[in-house]
Amino acid sequence: MTTPPDVASGRATTGSPGTRVLGGLTLAGLALLLGYSFLWSPADIAQQDAVRLMYVHVPTSIVAFTACFITTFASAMWLRRKSDGWWVLGAASAEVAVVFTGVCLLTGSIWGRITWGTYWDWDPRITSTTMLFILLIGYLALRRIDSEAGDPAQRGARSAIVGLLLFPNVMIVHFSVDWWRSLHQTATITRLDPTIEGTMLFTLMLGIVVFSMLFVWLLIHRFRLSWIEERLGSTGLDAAIGERRAEAGVPAMGGTV
Amino acid sequence: MFRDAALIAGKDLRIEWRSRVTMQQIAPFALLVLLLFGMALDPDRGILARASSGLFWVAVLFCSLLAIQRAFTIEAADGGRDALRLSGLDPAGVFLGKAAAIAVQLVVLEVVLAVGVVVIYGAEVTGLPLLVATCVAATAGLAAAGTLYGVLAAGLRVRETLLPILLLPVLAPVLIGATRSFEAALGGVAADGWPWCGLLVTFALLYLAFGTLAFGTLLEES
Repeated sequence: MTTPPDVASGRATTGSPGTRVLGGLTLAGLALLLGYSFLWSPADIAQQDAVRLMYVHVPTSIVAFTACFITTFASAMWLRRKSDGWWVLGAASAEVAVVFTGVCLLTGSIWGRITWGTYWDWDPRITSTTMLFILLIGYLALRRIDSEAGDPAQRGARSAIVGLLLFPNVMIVHFSVDWWRSLHQTATITRLDPTIEGTMLFTLMLGIVVFSMLFVWLLIHRFRLSWIEERLGSTGLDAAIGERRAEAGVPAMGGTV
Repeated sequence: MFRDAALIAGKDLRIEWRSRVTMQQIAPFALLVLLLFGMALDPDRGILARASSGLFWVAVLFCSLLAIQRAFTIEAADGGRDALRLSGLDPAGVFLGKAAAIAVQLVVLEVVLAVGVVVIYGAEVTGLPLLVATCVAATAGLAAAGTLYGVLAAGLRVRETLLPILLLPVLAPVLIGATRSFEAALGGVAADGWPWCGLLVTFALLYLAFGTLAFGTLLEES
């Protein structure tokens, strides 16, 4: 995220030595996590093998909510500073958040099917996470329109305002759903074993670390890609005009006007 | 600020009074939605009466989308929005004025829908003060959040499709709160509804405050 590659120099890549090391470590970590979650950690007494889904589900949900918070923070900072970096960070974080929220919902749903016998339950957390998913999609739809304006100077504050409201809205929705369900639900289902320990706890912690690394790695790449796209919007046109001029210039010098 | 708000609200309501779009198009649509719910669900009175508070607020939500879009299309023609920007009116006043005009129209729609729910679905009103308080608080929240997100989408080519996806998830707490509160007022215990009414008031105040602060920036860009 420090020095984004310069498009004008022709070196348009999102990788750097730092991200390659991080990517390698993440891959190794994912392999280790696979080993721990499938081979070296025991099955739960109550949930049996379904507990292994938790090693993906819990980390992705933590990362998704963190990413959502980063988008809100970046939107606030952009409204204050109007600097390109914050603008791009908001979008990059929301894009990764959508993916992680999706994975979180999917794994949660599969887990619910096995453990509760149903893919969907009106659990406060499921409901508010789904609402977060839709809020993020709406934010990205608006982002796309704002980015189409091209010129950074004319960039709208619209998506920044929606981004700013993203996290507070999730909080309000979560609060209201929580309250609503707590009045109606008679039996509260505890999602995680209260006495989780040993290898299982280690695997869960490993999952959180590995998925955080994956998030940072994806975030950096998305950030750089968006940065390059932004630059393409402003410098790409100049470059295209230059090219056309050069094309027209060669035959002109040859005498065929 | 409040003088500007009164001016804008007066202007919007005068346009509505002369064009009668809300009364002649949105209100019949609201009744139609009630009838469609009746057709989709079992017309057995029991189900409809039990679900009436939820159906009422879903219908209000759909109508509010139309009312909000209408509130911003009236300024789209003839450079109305540019005129509004150049008028020197306080943006906070413009926000409050537009929200107030939307709120007045929503209250009219709610009265129409309430009569419809009582007549068509056979709902029984037991707590009138709670019913009125819920309507006022929920309408203020709908109008405030709707005006804020309405101006966001106003200048865009895709506004009709974008507004629902941006606004409806945000309004989910209003739907939950208003429905629970209505359930208490329609045949339930009224005391159960007041805390939900508190949630609606909080939501309305939050969005009124945020809209007052942010509307200037958004109006510049729409």
